[in-house]
Amino acid sequence: MKELRLMKGNEALAEAAIRVGADAYFGYPITPQSEVIEYLMANRPEDRTGMVVLQAESEIAAINMVYGAAGCGKKAITTSSSPGISLKQEGLSYIAGAELPCVVANVVRGGPGLGTIQPSQSDYFQSVKGGGHGDYKLIVLAPNSVQEIVDYTKLAFELAFKYRNPVMIQSDGIIGQMMEKVELFEQMPRVEPDYEWATIGRKEGKPATFVTSLQLKAEEQEKVNLRLQAKYREIEKNEVLYEEYDCKDAEYLLAAFGSCARITRKAMELARKKGYKVGLLRPQTLYPFPVDAFNKIAYQVKGILTVEMNAGQMVEDVRLAVNGKTKVEHFGRFGGMIPNPDEILNALEQKIIGG
Amino acid sequence: MTEEIIIAGFGGQGVLSMGQILCYSGVMQNKEVSWMPSYGPEMRGGTANCTAIISDEAISSPVLNTYDTAIVLNQPSMDKFEDAVKPGGLLIYERNGMTRKPRRTDINIYAIDAYEASVKMNNTKVFNMIVIGGFLKIRPIIEMDNVVKGLQKVLPERYHHLIPLNEEAIRKGMEIITVEHKLN
Repeated sequence: MKELRLMKGNEALAEAAIRVGADAYFGYPITPQSEVIEYLMANRPEDRTGMVVLQAESEIAAINMVYGAAGCGKKAITTSSSPGISLKQEGLSYIAGAELPCVVANVVRGGPGLGTIQPSQSDYFQSVKGGGHGDYKLIVLAPNSVQEIVDYTKLAFELAFKYRNPVMIQSDGIIGQMMEKVELFEQMPRVEPDYEWATIGRKEGKPATFVTSLQLKAEEQEKVNLRLQAKYREIEKNEVLYEEYDCKDAEYLLAAFGSCARITRKAMELARKKGYKVGLLRPQTLYPFPVDAFNKIAYQVKGILTVEMNAGQMVEDVRLAVNGKTKVEHFGRFGGMIPNPDEILNALEQKIIGG
Repeated sequence: MTEEIIIAGFGGQGVLSMGQILCYSGVMQNKEVSWMPSYGPEMRGGTANCTAIISDEAISSPVLNTYDTAIVLNQPSMDKFEDAVKPGGLLIYERNGMTRKPRRTDINIYAIDAYEASVKMNNTKVFNMIVIGGFLKIRPIIEMDNVVKGLQKVLPERYHHLIPLNEEAIRKGMEIITVEHKLN
């Protein structure tokens, strides 16, 4: 039976990780993400499913523990917030290079540097464009409710194993800290890994399994890059998720992701009350980006305003997608400040409707 | 029905739990709810607040800048949120520790001596439940039965023997809240 609870986003993520049958969580506390590891420690998943929960000595150690677990075919997850996620970038690049599955959640806070502990979306570039080195991509999911935190934790593991690629859940201080009603899925069993690529002991008659991101010969490394690129094209073809609100008759479009999309939706309602025909397009996957959806609606609307809790990051992908077909502007608050619906409506009137 | 509430006061007054109890009770009454704390570098004695939204419809933004109801439990909170109440909305304040009265004339204003009442009940911990009682008297959006069910959900089982005391505190709040300014 499905179960209804009132939970914080961070707690819901932790519970979903247990229920999806994850084998291991490695993490290190940082605001506004600490409830994930607190919940896991308090709930003792080792007694429920045998899942390992370990507070590592640092974020770098945690991501490398994930690397090791993933190499053995285990379902492993780590979570952190912006400065901690920066520390994990080397590990993420290695895991992407070695083509291993894992899930990482970033409960984003304002930056740069240690920044602030308040919510932000300023890590969009880092997640979507590759925060580590090398030509790699993370699959990036952007939940906008506690329910989506739960659903996407499950989806993240599915995609990670389907493509043998790290998946990033892009949460933030709002989604992590807020409480909402949430429907939990039933406990799924942990499974013994039986993958050819997993280093789980050499089987009789089979060649040894190597997990590495090192190819000293350029010819070999290019083959790896080509294989990765082919995989990314598949992901772009199959895994795009987005949601449209009131787009059918829209003359103007708002675009926002995650928590900011919730606030922007309120702004959209205010705009509709004022008589403007405004729609909202919300990318649920930041990579792969809903390029076709934006491209299509660009023919219909007179302008697009992206609303982000950053200085203008997703706006670049929207501009690339619409390729000059319509005007694209950005409105943002940053440094931990949250835009309010009135100022979003004001920006829409100034930059798009009147501009 | 949509009720957008800000609850603000000192850390330690039970501000965050008040919002959670209202939301849990709302869930028991099949409402949509959202609860968002201020989670700055707050500590006991500092200021704390939370936004609680209880609605019949899906809730868009969990973060707001104006509210139907502000429940303010200290002077800095009144200073910060009095102007954020929507015209025609509701302001409830705790009298103890306030240095001035609210100034708005376009909203409904009620006062409660919840601290004094909690001292009389020999349990200052039920202070926030008395305030909830006052709020529910003015805005009966949730039935008492569902508040009790909400408490059963919020409180760990070892504290369930305290539920009757909390219920008493809620009823006390309903009795003692007084009107200061009422719109026609």
